[in-house]
Amino acid sequence: MNSRLASEIFWLSLEHVELVAITIVVAAAIGLPAGVALARRVSIRRWVMSIANLAQTVPSLALFGFLLPLPFLGGIGKRTAIIALCLYALLPILRNTLTGILGVDAAVRESAVAMGMTERQVLWQVELPLAVPSIVAGLRIATVTTIGTATIAAAIGGGGLGVFIFRGIAMVDTPTILAGAVPAAMMALVADEGLEWIERKLSPG
Amino acid sequence: MANILEIRDLCYAIEGRPILRGVTLDVAEGETVALLGRSGSGKTTLLKMVNRLLHPNGGEIRFEGKSSADWDPIRLRRRMGYVIQDAGLFPHWTVEANVGLVLKLENWPPSDARRRVEMLLDMVGLLPDEFAGRYPRQLSGGQKQRVGIARALAADPPLLLMDEPFAALDPITRFEMQRQFVELRRSFHKAALFVTHDVREALTVGSRIALFQDGALDLVLPPAEFLRAGTPEARAFLASLEPAGGPS
Repeated sequence: MNSRLASEIFWLSLEHVELVAITIVVAAAIGLPAGVALARRVSIRRWVMSIANLAQTVPSLALFGFLLPLPFLGGIGKRTAIIALCLYALLPILRNTLTGILGVDAAVRESAVAMGMTERQVLWQVELPLAVPSIVAGLRIATVTTIGTATIAAAIGGGGLGVFIFRGIAMVDTPTILAGAVPAAMMALVADEGLEWIERKLSPG
Repeated sequence: MANILEIRDLCYAIEGRPILRGVTLDVAEGETVALLGRSGSGKTTLLKMVNRLLHPNGGEIRFEGKSSADWDPIRLRRRMGYVIQDAGLFPHWTVEANVGLVLKLENWPPSDARRRVEMLLDMVGLLPDEFAGRYPRQLSGGQKQRVGIARALAADPPLLLMDEPFAALDPITRFEMQRQFVELRRSFHKAALFVTHDVREALTVGSRIALFQDGALDLVLPPAEFLRAGTPEARAFLASLEPAGGPS
């Protein structure tokens, strides 16, 4: 491998990591509090989850396309890519936060309230710690899928390892496609293993 | 003796279906009232109204002379110990942290809380050195209930609310726990409301037995008199003490 290619793989990988990291941070910043809020509000839960599920069904390439002409949100470049990736990453984070909190044993929650804990104390000291494994699992799913989906971001000038893949497709050149696909796959494996390890470490008891 | 709890004409209904119909009951300091009844007779609902997990549609509950509606619910609940069937221990906390829960909420200095927890564990028959650091999943059913009782007693509340606390235990452990509960109650001089559907348990732990039928009180009697009670519901429960097939 020549050094120019190696350096390009390195920089595009870095850009890819940046895309994924910003996406996960933003999606978590929205998805975690939203999951907590939905756990308390039965009436709007179904609506929000339906909309989130629906967003997930839009093919990713199409979603990038839909976003392009939108004012403020759209346009060529990273920002549009990150917005689209966030929409996909949001659902697993939201759903797993919700499942984690709703999955707390009713007897445990009831005794927490009956022993005189405030609602805030129940959330922070009981529900969230017990929901952590589920929340981390959501982050893991979101991260791994985002690493894959982010390769499509190159289609709208988002950069990242997708640049190789699209270039390879245009040139009908398998090695170029692999220069993007292999690092992306490795990245996904490492993220999956790493987050699974964290998930195990944080499991209570 | 002064009443710690006064329940007056308490009513509760869910979607028009009555669960409690005008229940009136006093609990004196230091006495255990066993709330006996079939499943769905309203006894657990009553218990949850005492600590305001549920709100009555009518009637009044007075605790320590003050209407429960006037209590701050958080303060009210910290004045009452609560023990439920599967203990409701926090699985991510050690035994020590579980027992010290209310002490922590009440901002006790950690060293005082620790001493108190050790004393309580000793009292319920769990060696502090052996059990303080364990997690609930490392305990047997009986041990969990002991921790649950120690947790309920931690902040020295004048009233304990027990919702079928021993129902899931094997008969031998259950008998031991009942005996120990009676001893604890005597030494701590706590009042308790003790929900059960087991007439034998009601006779063992109760200073009085309040028999529920369809959301209303059928009778309230001390155990010795309950054994001679003549209402059909009381006779139905007493019949469950006889071996199946009746005396030979």
